[in-house]
Amino acid sequence: MRHIRPYITGGITLLFAAVIFILPFLFIAIQAMKSKSEASRLNFSLPQEWLFWQNLIAVFKARDYQLLLAYFNSTLITVASVSILVILSAMVGYIMQRRRTSWNAIAQIALFMGLMMPPAVVPTIGLLQDLGLFKTIHGMVLIQVAYNLSFSTLLYRSFISTIPRDLDEAALIDGAKPWQIFFRVILPLLKPVTVTNIVVQSIAIFNDFTNPLYYLPGKENVTVQLTLYNFQSMYTSQYNLLFMNILLVTIPPLIVFIFFNRQIVAGMTAGAVKG
Amino acid sequence: MAQTSPRSQKSPYPLWFFVPAAVIHGVFFLAPTVKSFWYSLTRWDLSTAEFIGLENFRQFFSEPFLVQGLVNTLIYAVTTSGLKTVCGLLLAVLLTGNIFARGFLRTVVFFPVLVSTIGIGITFTVMMHPTRGIINVALEALGIDGPGWLTNPSLALFSVALVDLWKGVGLATLIFIAGLAAISTDYYEAARIDGATRFQQFWRITLPLVRPATVTVVTLSLIGGLRSFDLIWAMTRGGPGFSSDVVASVIYKQYQAGFYGLSTAGNVILFALIVAIILPLTLWFNRREVSQ
Repeated sequence: MRHIRPYITGGITLLFAAVIFILPFLFIAIQAMKSKSEASRLNFSLPQEWLFWQNLIAVFKARDYQLLLAYFNSTLITVASVSILVILSAMVGYIMQRRRTSWNAIAQIALFMGLMMPPAVVPTIGLLQDLGLFKTIHGMVLIQVAYNLSFSTLLYRSFISTIPRDLDEAALIDGAKPWQIFFRVILPLLKPVTVTNIVVQSIAIFNDFTNPLYYLPGKENVTVQLTLYNFQSMYTSQYNLLFMNILLVTIPPLIVFIFFNRQIVAGMTAGAVKG
Repeated sequence: MAQTSPRSQKSPYPLWFFVPAAVIHGVFFLAPTVKSFWYSLTRWDLSTAEFIGLENFRQFFSEPFLVQGLVNTLIYAVTTSGLKTVCGLLLAVLLTGNIFARGFLRTVVFFPVLVSTIGIGITFTVMMHPTRGIINVALEALGIDGPGWLTNPSLALFSVALVDLWKGVGLATLIFIAGLAAISTDYYEAARIDGATRFQQFWRITLPLVRPATVTVVTLSLIGGLRSFDLIWAMTRGGPGFSSDVVASVIYKQYQAGFYGLSTAGNVILFALIVAIILPLTLWFNRREVSQ
């Protein structure tokens, strides 16, 4: 009886989890492969004919290949902002952890505000307009960097505390300049947390909807999440294409998750317990 | 120490490392936040701002639909935070226990955290369709007359909160699992020897000792709940009527309507709300920690 029990509780949980957590994803996949009229019934039956390729091509072709442009824009924003984020937040985390100065208290307050406060949207739009950055990809990149700095810095700061200061001192005695100590000695040692940072922030920025909605309107600037939002009103009669689009935005995080499961879990809990 | 560094020598940790991050954070995050306090007192069209005192705030607290947004924000934040804390802890206890397919189950519970909120919102909106949606079709098969999840004004906000739970509970579970792993098994062994039941073990050992994780989950999910916009916007757009509007969706609607001053006042109210809730909560949590 004793060794059957794990299987019984496990089995029941598995069943519940399957219904609650997996079914919605199956629903997305099945809807995405149906024909237009079948999908509009919204039911859970298997498609009569599997139209995976047809729907995939149709959704990419829609509105002049808008989705393709969206993938390009989203990737560009994600790669650019994550690269800047990693360097800048590692620098801040390093100094905050290593040097005792009164600036740390200010950095600490800015960090907490960044984690907690919602951004003031309309004043930010005003500012972006004044700087000529409104509705531009590089404006969006700077916003993403500004909004996600706090979380990245937090991750770096706690990881840097595990790296012995002896290393810095050894490099200093060898005649390394401060920036060399950081870029040549410390930064390479931060690789595990850098991977975590890259993965977690890429997903966050790729999935971001609110900020592009405010700061990056316009057809030529469309991002992946916004195509979904645009299609939602456009495709009220074409649920198959709408769900194909949802399927397409679900796949990148799934792939990342399969490969970087451990780093994601580490990042989410480390950042959370500290925050 | 072989180092004979005089005090005048430059620190190996240069302060200019702060500068690039500080400039970006200062210009694009802090400056607009500070400016918002001024703009919330004006009638503003992005080029000229006319000072009108507290008129925007007066409007915010007198228009019924704006007040409802404020009340809804509180209801939504408390509901989602409470549900995530309770369900997250229960799931974490279950998923650290000795059960079959544990790793797989953890993965399944966590995955929705990483998926696009808009995609999830649209999917659940379709599944919650009052007549054709699979949830009500399934309920009908069981002989239950399913409600209009998103069409009933008194239910819509809670339906969205449930979807928020579905999407966010994985993160809470993950934090609780990390918290549970830090509890020494000695306590449970001692309790078992003393004849404590499983419920007593949970109540007297797990719950008090997992407190740091609980604090984190409550705080994070409250902040998230107070700020939440995208899920609500994808599912109901604040409707039916204004029944599921929250401050964040009011800010967007007023911005779209061109009432920039009013929109910014909404932003200031949201800051105030978050500070008024999170600050005392954090202080209270910390004080309890010290007194223990």
